[in-house]
Amino acid sequence: MKLGFSAEDEAFRAEAADWLQGQMAGEFRDIVGIPNLVSKVERRKEWERQLAAHQWSCIGWPVEWGGRDATLAQQVIFAEEYARAGAPNRINHIGVELAGPTILAFGTQEQKARYLPGIAGGTQIWCQGYSEPNAGSDLANVKTKAHLEGNEWVVTGQKVWTSLAHFSDYIFVVARSEEGSKGPKGLSFLLMAMDQPGIEVRPIRQMNGEAEFNETFLDAARCPADAMLGERGQGWGVAMALLGFERGVSTLAQQMQFRNELDAVIEAARANGKANDPVTRQKIARAEIGLNLMRYGALRMLSNADAAGLDGAALTYKIQWATWRRDLGELAMEVLGQAGEIAAGEAYEWSLLPNTFLFSRSDTIYGGTNQIQRNLIAERGLGLPREPRGNS
Amino acid sequence: MEFAFTEEQAMIAQTVQTFFAENATSERTRAAMEAGGIDRELWASFCEELGLSGIGIAEEDGGVGLGMVELAIVAEAAGSQVSAIPLLGLATAGQAIAAGGNIAQKEQWLGPLISGEAIAAAAYAPALKVEGGRLSGTVPFVAHGSLADLFVFVGEDAAWLVAAEDAGLSVVSHTTMDQTRPLATVTLEGANAQALNFAPAREALHAGGWICLAAEALGGAQATLDRTVQYSTERMQFGRPIGSFQAYKHRLADMMVLIEQARSAVYWAACAVDEGAPEAQLALHSAKSFCADTYFECAGHMIQLHGGIGFTWEHDAHLFFKRATSIRSMMGDGDWHREQVARLTIGEAS
Ligand SMILES: Cc1cc2nc3c(=O)[nH]c(=O)nc-3n(C[C@H](O)[C@H](O)[C@H](O)COP(=O)(O)OP(=O)(O)OC[C@H]3O[C@@H](n4cnc5c(N)ncnc54)[C@H](O)[C@@H]3O)c2cc1C
Repeated sequence: MKLGFSAEDEAFRAEAADWLQGQMAGEFRDIVGIPNLVSKVERRKEWERQLAAHQWSCIGWPVEWGGRDATLAQQVIFAEEYARAGAPNRINHIGVELAGPTILAFGTQEQKARYLPGIAGGTQIWCQGYSEPNAGSDLANVKTKAHLEGNEWVVTGQKVWTSLAHFSDYIFVVARSEEGSKGPKGLSFLLMAMDQPGIEVRPIRQMNGEAEFNETFLDAARCPADAMLGERGQGWGVAMALLGFERGVSTLAQQMQFRNELDAVIEAARANGKANDPVTRQKIARAEIGLNLMRYGALRMLSNADAAGLDGAALTYKIQWATWRRDLGELAMEVLGQAGEIAAGEAYEWSLLPNTFLFSRSDTIYGGTNQIQRNLIAERGLGLPREPRGNS
Repeated sequence: MEFAFTEEQAMIAQTVQTFFAENATSERTRAAMEAGGIDRELWASFCEELGLSGIGIAEEDGGVGLGMVELAIVAEAAGSQVSAIPLLGLATAGQAIAAGGNIAQKEQWLGPLISGEAIAAAAYAPALKVEGGRLSGTVPFVAHGSLADLFVFVGEDAAWLVAAEDAGLSVVSHTTMDQTRPLATVTLEGANAQALNFAPAREALHAGGWICLAAEALGGAQATLDRTVQYSTERMQFGRPIGSFQAYKHRLADMMVLIEQARSAVYWAACAVDEGAPEAQLALHSAKSFCADTYFECAGHMIQLHGGIGFTWEHDAHLFFKRATSIRSMMGDGDWHREQVARLTIGEAS
C-alpha cells in the first residue's frame, strides 16, 4: 500500500496545474467554479473544446482516441488539480465519463472512429436515455420499441428525467428490439442523433428551480442499423457495464466539488460564529471524516479496478457519497440559519449551499436509489436472497 | 500511489486470519475470560511461532521491521475473533519504547516484549506527580493492567517506564464489562520511573494504539456482519429465510457500507503514519472514532438481528458488543477525537 505520488507524477501535477490555472485565470475566467450543468452552456462547450485542443479532455483514454493513456495516479492528480483551479463541472460528463468508456469497451473500430472524436474533441454532448415513466428502479421494464426498417432502426417511446437532453447532440437509448420479450432480455443499446424530427424534448422544472432534466419523446426516431452498441437483444449487458463506469475516476472530480461545498460550510460557520459551537463542530468533523473516507474508498476501488467482480468499496460507493452529500446539505442549512432560506435576488435561484441542500435530495434517487443500492449490496455483496418480483 | 495490499501484505493477512480463526476460538476466549482475560498459550504462539509481534519495530531493535499497515492487518485479524491477548499493550508501549526509549531501555524491554516473555500495558496518566525520578499517583482504567510486567505512562509533558515489580507500584484489577481485556487501577507511591523521550514516545504510542483499536474494531465489525449473514440464511420464519426480508437485508447492507468506510479509514491512517504524511493526525482521529462507532453499531445490529439467541451469554454476540463498547471509550472517545478533527479543519474554538 502506498498513498504518496512519485516524482514523475508530481511533475505531471505541476504541468496540469500550470495549464489549468492559466486557463481559469485567463480566457475562461468567466466560468470559474460553476457547479451546475445548466448555466453558460455555450461558454462551457468552448471550454470542452479547449480541453480537447490541449489533450486534457479524456486523459485516461488511449492516445489513439485523443487521450494520454494516463495512469491511475495521473488521473487522480488531474481530478484534484482540475478542482483546485476552480474549473467548472464538465458539461459533457455523460459523454466523457459514460458514453465514451462504453464505446471504447463495446464499440467496433468503425463505431469508435464515428463517435469518439466528437466526445474527446468536445464537439458532441451526450445524454442518457434509460428511465421511462414505468421503468425507473425497475429499469428492465423498458417499453420504448425499436425495429429495423431497411438499414435503419426506428424507435418509438418515451424517456423521462433525461438530464441535459435540451442541449445534447446524442442520446444513448435502451430500447426493446425483440418483440414479445420481457425484462432484461430483448433490449438493444442504440446511439441516436438528437437533431431529427422524430425526437422532441420538453424540459421539466426541478424542485431547486432549475430545469436540468427533460422528457424525451421518440416518435419513429431513426438511427443507422450499425449505431447499435453490442449485440442485438443484448443491450442490458451494455447498459449495466455503462453504470459501472460511473464509479470511475470521475468520482474523484465529483469529490473535489464536495470538498468545495464543505469548505463553504466551514467558511459560513466561521463567519457567523457557529464554528465555536461544540455541536456544530462535531457535525463538521463528521462531514470531514466522511469526505476523507470517500476519497480513500475511491482510491481503494480504483486501485482494485482490475480485480474480478465488484469489491466492497465499489459496491457501497454510491450510497456512501449520496448520503454524505444529503447530510452536508442539511448541515449547511443548519449553519446558515434562516439566511439560507432567502435567495439573493428576485429570481428563484440559489447560491452554492442552499442549492446543495435542495439538489442533494436527488443524489439519493438517480443512478439507483438508496433503497435499490441496499438491495444490490445485500444481494451482490452479501449473497442474500433476491427480492421477489410481481407478475406485471 | 497504489491503495491496495502488496503481495506480501496479502500473504500476511491470509496467515494471521487463519491463525486467529483456528486458535482464538470462542471456547478458548471464554476460558481466558475466566482466567484474568488472557489466553497465554495463544499469545505465546503468536509471538513465537508467527513471529509477527515485532511488527513496526526496527530490525536493529529486535523487531521485524514493516509498519503500521502490517500492524493493522494483525490487529484486524485478532479483533475479528475478539482474541484475549495483550496486543494493545504491545502496540502502545512497544511503539513508545521503540520511538522514545534510549539504547538501554530498548535493550532491556523490546526483546522480552517481542518474544512474549514480558507483557506491557500503557495508559494516559495526567495525574501522576514526579519527584526526584519517583512517580506517585493513581492511574485508572489500565487495559490488561493486572497482567503487565511493564507500564508506560504518558502525562501532559513527560512519559515514563515503570516495572511492575517495583515496590512502589500496586495493581487492583476490576471485574470489567469486556472480560477479554479487563481494566485495572494502578497506584504508584514513589515508584522508580525511567523517563522516555516524551514527544516521539507519545506520538508513537498514539499511532500504534489508535491504529490497533481501529483495526480491531474493523475486524470485529466485519465478523458481526459475516456471522449475521450466515445466520440469516439458516433461520426461517414465515416460511422463508429471515435474510430475505427487505428490512433485514437493508440493515445488513448499512453495516457493510459502514464497514467499507472503516476499512478505508484504518488503512488510510496506517499508510499516512508509515509515509509520514502531513494528514496523519487527521487520519488517526478519523479512524479511531469512525471505526469504534462502526463496530458498536454493527455489534448492536448483530444482537437485534439474531433475536433472543443473540441476547444469551452462550452466543458470541455479546463478546463483540462488549469489546466494541470498550474500544469506543478507550484512548479518547468519539467526541474527543472528532473535536481534534474539528481543530485540524476549522481551527480552535474561541
Ligand atoms: C436529478 C435527476 C437526474 C436524472 N437523470 C437521468 C438521466 O439522465 N437519464 C435517465 O435515464 N434517468 C435519469 N434519472 C432517473 C433516475 O435514474 C430515476 O429517477 C431512478 O432510477 C428512480 O426511478 P423512479 O424515479 O421511477 O422511482 P421509482 O423506481 O418509482 O421509486 C420510487 C420509490 O420506491 C422505491 N423502490 C422502488 N423499487 C424498490 C425496491 N425494489 N425495494 C425498495 N424500494 C424500492 C425507491 O427507492 C423510491 O424511494 C434522473 C433522476 C433525477 C432525480
